[in-house]
Amino acid sequence: MLTLRRFFATLGPGVLWLAVFLIVPVAIMFGYSLLTRTDLAQVGGPLTLESWGRVFGYDALFREWVPDNLRVLGRSVLIAGFSTLLCILMGYPLAFYIARQPARRKSFLLLLLIIPFWTNFLIRVYAWILILRPFDLVPSLTATFLGMVYAFLPFFVLPVYSSVEKVDWRLLEAAQDLGASPIKAFMAAVFPQTLPGLIAGILLTFIPALGTFVVSDILGGAKTALIGNLVQNQFGQAGDWPYGSALSFLLMGAVLVGLWLYARSAGQKGLEELI
Amino acid sequence: MFKSFRNAQGAETRVLDDIDLDIRKGEFFSLLGPSGCGKTTLLRILAGFEQPDAGAVLIGGRDMTGVPPNLRPVNTVFQSYALFPHLSVYDNVAFGLRQKGIGGAALRDRVGRAMETVRIGDFGTRKPDNLSGGQRQRVALARAIVNEPEVLLLDEPLSALDLKLRKELQVELSNLQETLGMTFVFVTHDQEEALVMSDRIAVMNRGRVEQLGKAEDLYERPRTAFVANFLGQSNLIPGKVQEVSPGGAVVLTEHGLLRTVYGADLSVGREVMLSIRPEKLRMERDDETEGNEVRARVDDIVYTGAENQYLLEANGQRLVAFQLNSDIGADEDFDYEEEVALYLPPASLVILEEG
Repeated sequence: MLTLRRFFATLGPGVLWLAVFLIVPVAIMFGYSLLTRTDLAQVGGPLTLESWGRVFGYDALFREWVPDNLRVLGRSVLIAGFSTLLCILMGYPLAFYIARQPARRKSFLLLLLIIPFWTNFLIRVYAWILILRPFDLVPSLTATFLGMVYAFLPFFVLPVYSSVEKVDWRLLEAAQDLGASPIKAFMAAVFPQTLPGLIAGILLTFIPALGTFVVSDILGGAKTALIGNLVQNQFGQAGDWPYGSALSFLLMGAVLVGLWLYARSAGQKGLEELI
Repeated sequence: MFKSFRNAQGAETRVLDDIDLDIRKGEFFSLLGPSGCGKTTLLRILAGFEQPDAGAVLIGGRDMTGVPPNLRPVNTVFQSYALFPHLSVYDNVAFGLRQKGIGGAALRDRVGRAMETVRIGDFGTRKPDNLSGGQRQRVALARAIVNEPEVLLLDEPLSALDLKLRKELQVELSNLQETLGMTFVFVTHDQEEALVMSDRIAVMNRGRVEQLGKAEDLYERPRTAFVANFLGQSNLIPGKVQEVSPGGAVVLTEHGLLRTVYGADLSVGREVMLSIRPEKLRMERDDETEGNEVRARVDDIVYTGAENQYLLEANGQRLVAFQLNSDIGADEDFDYEEEVALYLPPASLVILEEG
């Protein structure tokens, strides 16, 4: 009894936090995924695996297999991945540019990066419609990518910037001194120092991009529906909460597999950096 | 042979002014000076990290001005060591050779030998974070010498270490330099370090070389007041040349006439500054009137272990005298307020160039 009390006293706050904000909601969602839709946005018995079957493309009787959801998931991974790549190409040099400015200019540029957060995300994405309409780009895949990069670039730049700030530039000189050309010296001496920031930036970009529905819904149209749109649709218009819950687990699973692959390739140290 | 100007925030400051140095192949050469004297800038120009505004850098007779650092036959041991934290000790040492495309057995062989030379043979798999300051220093050294550069530049490499380790490494470094026969250019603000290790020293002040020479020459015959006080301590006595002969000069000072073996080429009536090292002053109880003697009173005594340092007052001037703390002289220690006679040997009275 005493040990149990001590257990809760020491682990208490952390466990409580995890329980309230993670374990219980996930458990509730899992419970919903096993129920049946009785009416619009209504659930009830009996317990069934039907929603899970539909997620993986089977009909109610598990006879036909139409893996549309998996295709949407694949497309989501590709679009989120390519958006992340665009963020890397634009954000990595940008982080260096900002970090290398004099102190006052640096804070100003960081402020510019953060200012968009002062306006509602939905409104900003709608604003892109106005910007892109004259070019006849809405809805299109191009507009989706534009919106994605616009939405997630700051999340990529900030962690990269904070690791560039900490870069020991003397190592660059050391590498050059030892015969490395400027590019090789950068790759050998500076790039490894920015790796933790780069990984954090990629995760902070890729994971929300994978789950987003606002950008693709507003700028992409029906052809670029992502897994996020499917989930949102079940909880919205379709009112099929069990199916939406099960779909959410598909998305969650995809993220976890990605993290697991990363942790495995980067080893223990990678896991710590990730956390 | 080269000069340099540099501007910080728009304002132009002359960091190096009319520097003309000829460093000999295979010597241990030190750049000695206080912080801000330009010694590190000079080293960075040699390494290629900075460019001179005017003048040239020649290494082994080849003009290296404008050649980037990676193409110079020069390697640096940085003050901060600048080891690659994500690489093992072995990979740190192998870095330079790999850039040159050396691999396989030749790489292993040369890296192994360099690591043995600085006695870090067993640390190959460790990361720099898991090494002590002295060990990191050795890795930085091995990483540089493994490339067999024509010139090895060392930027205050011992300044981060504690005194005992520093003394050990001073000896090791100068032995290493002799064994390798490599040209070492060593930057330091520590005069003792420079004296212990160098073949020749350039004393720098405000972007200029004040004096260049062997350790003994600089110490025994400083040419300027700056050198006299930066390398050790000195008593400076102003005066006017009274008499000149082939054997030296006689200078009229506040302490009367002082004879020196130097200054045979000076003109009578010229204002000069005499300099004498504290340990060259001889303190005596009785006046033997052999000349070059000054009456003084003991103001303060500083006990430093190996010697007693006496602060003396003589004719309104402050003088410092060091007396060795030997057993024989134990009963000869002087007391506060004691009146003494100071003997200034003519061979130790140096005439400085500037008044």
